[in-house]
Amino acid sequence: MTVIAILLVPLVAAVLCWIPPIGKRAAGPITLVASLALLVVGLRVVAQVLVLGKVVTAPGWLEVDAFGALILLLVAGVGLLACLYSIGYMPRMTHNPSVLHHYYGNFNLFIFSMVMVPVVVSPSVEWLAVEFTTLLSVLLVGFESNREALEAAWKYAILTLTGAAIALFGFLLLFWAMHKGGGLTYTWAGLAAVAAKMPPAITKTAFLMVLVGFGAKVGLVPLHTWLPDAHSQAPTPICALLSGVETTAVLYVILRLMPIVHPSLGGTTERWALVFGLLSVGVAAFLLIQVHDYKRLFAYSTVEHMGIVLTAAGLGGAAAHYGAMYQIIAHTATKSFCFFAAGAVLLVTGKRDIASVEGLMRRSPLTGSALLLGALAIAGAPPFVVFLGEFSILKAGIGERHYVAVGLLALFLVVAFFGILLHVNRMVLGRSSEKAHGLPVAEAEGEGVAIGASTEKTLFLPAAIPGACRLTLLLAAIPVIVLGVYVPHSVYELLSRAAAVMGGG
Amino acid sequence: MVSEPFLYQFNALAGGLFLLATFGMVATRQVRGCIRFYILQSVFLGVSAFVLGIHPVSWDLLGVAAINIINKAFIIPWLLRRTIPEEVHTRREISQVLNIPASLLVALVIAIGAYFLTLPWVSLAGGSAAGVNIPIGLAALLLGAFTLTVRREAVPQLLGLIAMENGAFFTSIAIAPELHLFVELIVAFDVLIAVFVIGVLTRAIHEHIGTTEVGSLAVLREEPRP
Repeated sequence: MTVIAILLVPLVAAVLCWIPPIGKRAAGPITLVASLALLVVGLRVVAQVLVLGKVVTAPGWLEVDAFGALILLLVAGVGLLACLYSIGYMPRMTHNPSVLHHYYGNFNLFIFSMVMVPVVVSPSVEWLAVEFTTLLSVLLVGFESNREALEAAWKYAILTLTGAAIALFGFLLLFWAMHKGGGLTYTWAGLAAVAAKMPPAITKTAFLMVLVGFGAKVGLVPLHTWLPDAHSQAPTPICALLSGVETTAVLYVILRLMPIVHPSLGGTTERWALVFGLLSVGVAAFLLIQVHDYKRLFAYSTVEHMGIVLTAAGLGGAAAHYGAMYQIIAHTATKSFCFFAAGAVLLVTGKRDIASVEGLMRRSPLTGSALLLGALAIAGAPPFVVFLGEFSILKAGIGERHYVAVGLLALFLVVAFFGILLHVNRMVLGRSSEKAHGLPVAEAEGEGVAIGASTEKTLFLPAAIPGACRLTLLLAAIPVIVLGVYVPHSVYELLSRAAAVMGGG
Repeated sequence: MVSEPFLYQFNALAGGLFLLATFGMVATRQVRGCIRFYILQSVFLGVSAFVLGIHPVSWDLLGVAAINIINKAFIIPWLLRRTIPEEVHTRREISQVLNIPASLLVALVIAIGAYFLTLPWVSLAGGSAAGVNIPIGLAALLLGAFTLTVRREAVPQLLGLIAMENGAFFTSIAIAPELHLFVELIVAFDVLIAVFVIGVLTRAIHEHIGTTEVGSLAVLREEPRP
């Protein structure tokens, strides 16, 4: 029953938000209550999974194991934070305040699509869930309806849906392979049961098509081009969801598939994961250096981190799989915090590009220190959670004797570290220039062309940070700091069981 | 699987026309013409499913044929008319990334490539219908992706996208028994929502930017803006 509640809560909230008299007045609070309820139910499912190993609501349709529970928890957690942040952020920053209830309606639908991914077990429904994560978030990305946002939304929709169509072909081939192997039920478990008997010629293409198709959605190089656009142009709370959990939820499907195709393909599976993973980390690390927009900086960092997780999966072995799971948590917690901090910068300065934000620490100590904390944490500086994840992956890779891969990964991580800190250092500590400060909104709002042509202008009037945003920053910082030094036993248990789903051990 | 030679030939004919309609989408400049070719393509997909479902009788496949034709020949064109302004439908593409003869040539190469790529699977499948449906399905998938990349108008890009799903499905009706009706329902639902969402987005682009030539949108890039 709990799993059905998980799907119903966001749907009901969405419907309530779309009903004009209720939605116009209380869309924000409704969404907040729904997100809170979702987190509570999600935690209940996690608790049940830790006791029973698996929660089965409808056999063959709705089942949650440890890996699914992990993703569910992350979606619910970031969903709550993003909603809280929206309540403070959106009324001040949007150009369309009259349709804010549409924003919350779509927000709930987007959450619905993301909680659907980890609870369904049939690959065909899984495909639909992933397709929904795009379709139900496209209008959120384009919510501001200016030239940039619409362009980003278009690229996002077309590229990721193309990927999904390719993945659909892959999943149909996979069904065929299962049928050839004698399997009857098209679920993850049904596939795993006949995994060794599936014909390699079909499985290989099927896996590659899903890897490339859903890889486009995860942001794996070379199909990452839409990601920095969409993840920087969407309203900030949505960026946190897109970067923090949407990519991870889709990567979850790819990771689920790896142990299934492994028996018929052998080491090929891991090799492909390593190639795509390292390529993404490497390309993103170097692209990070040349960005001019700080939200794009964090977007490229997402490409990098998705690459790290895939690389970890490709290294193989229980330790690397544990590292991958840990890195998933680390990335989600840290990246959503980074975007919340970036949103605060946008609130305080009204500017998107790195060059025009200087001396943040002096202008707003809270924003400055949040951005610095986020940047240090996401770059992988020692006491924080990402460092622990990256360190355990590198260590596991050495244990598996993948010296070349580990060497390359370490090199790319160092490049990305300096790339991120170079930019953020300038923003936080550089000398404060007051020249283009406080431009009137009317002038900056010359619609489309004017905004696109000169980012030097202030996009929004600089404002104080609303209380809800402060609270979000505070709450979001907790896991980033705490998990880096102390992993509670239940979290450890969840992660190791999730890693076991990957086949490690 | 089809046992009677007549049905097999009929299926092959449907497959050929399906591929021809896909080529038509690549070659048409008018937005309206592109929609017509998409409808034709979907109808031939339905015909192929119908032919494969007659003998031995497979209610799944007959259901697929029915849903497919109702959904894509009637509901989707209606939805496109409703969500996307009339002006966009009457547009023609003046400047294409590749001119029509060149894109047809590339499309031909893609179709032949798909045939050779799928040879190993066709021998695995055994059934006679698979020899037609697997290569043509993959060709349509790739041609859809190709249409997406060379078209600049919003609607042809959207049609290329849903043509890819038609391609995937054209293959699956010959190779994946027992999955049909359920997956057809999923895909039909998905295509509807995709057309609706992208239609709304196209309308927003038309309203706020004043063009639907999405291929030429290029504000977002890495260079510092002047």
